Amino acid sequence: MTVQQAPGPLRRALAGVRWYLREFTGEARWDDYLAHCAAEGRTPMSRRDFERHRADRREHHQSARCC
Amino acid sequence: METTAPTPHADRPRTPAPRGRPSPLSIVLWVLVAVFGAACWTVLALSRGEEVSALWILFAALASYAIAYRFYSRFIANRVLEVDDTRATPAERLEDGVDFEVTDRRVLFGHHFAAIAGAGPLVGPVLAAQMGYLPGTIWIVVGVILAGAVQDMIVLFFSMRRDGKSLGQMVREEIGVVGGTAALIAVFAIMIIILAVLALVVVNALAESPWGVFSIGLTIPIALFMGVYLRFLRPGRVLEVTAIGVVLLLVAIIGGGYVDGTALGDALTLSPETLTLCLVVYGFIASVLPVWTLLTPRDYLSTFMKVGVIALLAVGFVLARPVLQADAVTSFARDGDGPVFAGELFPFVFITIACGALSGFHALIASGTTPKMIAKESQVRMIGYGGMLMESFVAISALIAAVVIDQGMYYAMNSPAGATGGDFASAAEYVTGLGFTITPDELQAAAAAVEEQTLVSRTGGAPTLAFGISQIFEDAFGGGLAAFWYHFAIMFEALFILTAVDAGTRVGRFMLQDTIGNVWKRFGDTSWKPAAWGASAVVVAAWGSMLYIGVTDPLGGINQLFPLFGIANQLLAAIALTLCVTLLVKHGKLRWAWVPGLPLAWDLVVTMTASWQKVFSDNPAIGYFAQADRYREARDAGEVLAPAADAAQMDQVVFNSTLNGVLQATFAVLVIVVVANAALVCVRAARAGGLPTTEVPYTPSHLVAPSDFFATPEEKAAVREWEESRRQDSRHLSGDPR
Repeated sequence: MTVQQAPGPLRRALAGVRWYLREFTGEARWDDYLAHCAAEGRTPMSRRDFERHRADRREHHQSARCC
Repeated sequence: METTAPTPHADRPRTPAPRGRPSPLSIVLWVLVAVFGAACWTVLALSRGEEVSALWILFAALASYAIAYRFYSRFIANRVLEVDDTRATPAERLEDGVDFEVTDRRVLFGHHFAAIAGAGPLVGPVLAAQMGYLPGTIWIVVGVILAGAVQDMIVLFFSMRRDGKSLGQMVREEIGVVGGTAALIAVFAIMIIILAVLALVVVNALAESPWGVFSIGLTIPIALFMGVYLRFLRPGRVLEVTAIGVVLLLVAIIGGGYVDGTALGDALTLSPETLTLCLVVYGFIASVLPVWTLLTPRDYLSTFMKVGVIALLAVGFVLARPVLQADAVTSFARDGDGPVFAGELFPFVFITIACGALSGFHALIASGTTPKMIAKESQVRMIGYGGMLMESFVAISALIAAVVIDQGMYYAMNSPAGATGGDFASAAEYVTGLGFTITPDELQAAAAAVEEQTLVSRTGGAPTLAFGISQIFEDAFGGGLAAFWYHFAIMFEALFILTAVDAGTRVGRFMLQDTIGNVWKRFGDTSWKPAAWGASAVVVAAWGSMLYIGVTDPLGGINQLFPLFGIANQLLAAIALTLCVTLLVKHGKLRWAWVPGLPLAWDLVVTMTASWQKVFSDNPAIGYFAQADRYREARDAGEVLAPAADAAQMDQVVFNSTLNGVLQATFAVLVIVVVANAALVCVRAARAGGLPTTEVPYTPSHLVAPSDFFATPEEKAAVREWEESRRQDSRHLSGDPR
């Protein structure tokens, strides 16, 4: 992510929160994938296919939740 | 199986020594924190019969956490475990983007916390408030510092050194087949009990409450909508759909307020038995549906709700500054005759609090997903120890909410229906008999204020917590929204529990399929529908029948089953701590074995005393078999003992008490088997000065990442330098190096 020109503390905090939430929920994975494809010069699959692929993977990986 | 020698290689690069001497500023700061914490504890310990603010509890806990994290967890990391940042973690070595993945430490902290935090720390402390505020506060804080966080961190570390092996696998490989098998059975059985008790909490919170049923019921279509949105409408936009989901959730809560008194409201006024059936059916369907439909979207909702409510509650405490209403230590703690659960302070307060101080279940999380995603070894400190401190803070918040409400109200809500008689007049009389004052009118007014038909005998902890939260928010933010806040809190607890119920059923299903798969290969295939459905049905039937037994128990399901749940959880912790001790000894670190050994010894004393009392006590209020005998004799003499109402209920008490007693004894025996097996291994290892383990050999790490929540300036510089060198490398190489 590019750093904006002299961002204020509030702006930086908001950008930090946004970064965290996107990373936490896995939304940022799409950006990572695009960057990855660009670096390798591949054509990325559509976002729908990408997310479906991720969801199907999750199906067979138990996510434990505690008491 | 690859093995490594227990002695560290002398030629291996060591973790750079921690930065030299602490600065004078840091010394002054930590002395101040210590003095402040000590002052808070002194006020709590010495105040009697005067108005004590709940903020003393909050700050005593926070100061203690800070000191424990700064000093004790660091000691464990550097001296006991000898974390080594020059050593590559499984995430770095085996990175595949699926199971193994280097994850930012703060993001992983969030994931780990979301996985360990559930309804347990919200419920246990509320019930333990029966003993007064002091025993609960002390155990939640001391317990987490010396036991719970230590367990989570050490299990996480050892699993990380073994490529993320599960607790069961590690027990089998490091202790023995006997211990491993006992541990596997114990884990499965304990999970069934946990699911049953959690479901029981939901049933008790929603029974006869159309508002609650309406808003919780709507979470299902809301989650389905979110699932469809993410799959078909706008794939991947999680934040956007979560925001929509939260708004819909709030609308559902507000909407519930208009349902009462309408025909729909009458239709949604469900008996506990009906709700049990609904939950069982729901549990089965939810566990066989694809995860994108319900589980994943609701997980987003419940995680954000939890963090939001806890943050709001902390703000609420500071604004409302509630005063403690409970005694520091009640007479029930000494005499063991409390109505919420039977037994004296020792051992039952430790059993009841469970999750907020020490939770065996966390060992399953700490040995599952999390260790496969850690970037640097030193991060086990912030994720394992830090995550558990946060969980403990949740427990402290729940405890405060329970001890700042009127104590007459507390006992009216938490005593079983068999004792209170269920209506306002009889409940007021019962509570007055306990030594608290509350009138029938006050009970009615309290129920009316939160727009429930009654709050009498709403056991299970969730309604009490919701009542406390509504009172604190009302004081803090005003606006006459007590009923909204009450149902908001109920919703937030039920959301977690439902998520835990379907995630737990799935975990149980995988375990069952895996185990049966050893003899019948095809059954182990998780994508083969008949096996998946069959295993799900077995798991749901198991917890569903325990739930039904609890719901219909004449003596009160929470009163009867919660001790079983608490002991089961603590016994699981005993297994995890036993593994930690064994591994330290096998690694030739006998001198540090006391770090998990001390909490293990304490936990064994507590759980074995409690198990002994629940099995062998001749007091029918405590011992399951004594209870069964008492009711059996009365039944055979043709009598009916209150609270049972007829001969059929007498039979039921006899059956339930016997079943609970057998389960209790079985759990204790399984744990003794694991501990005995481990003791043999420990003696051999101690004699030999260490034994080979399944630790994965050292591989140098090429990754640079900070270790703690906040990166130091040196760490930031190192990360920048490393990123710069990587950029140059990638310019030289074309494409991805992997």
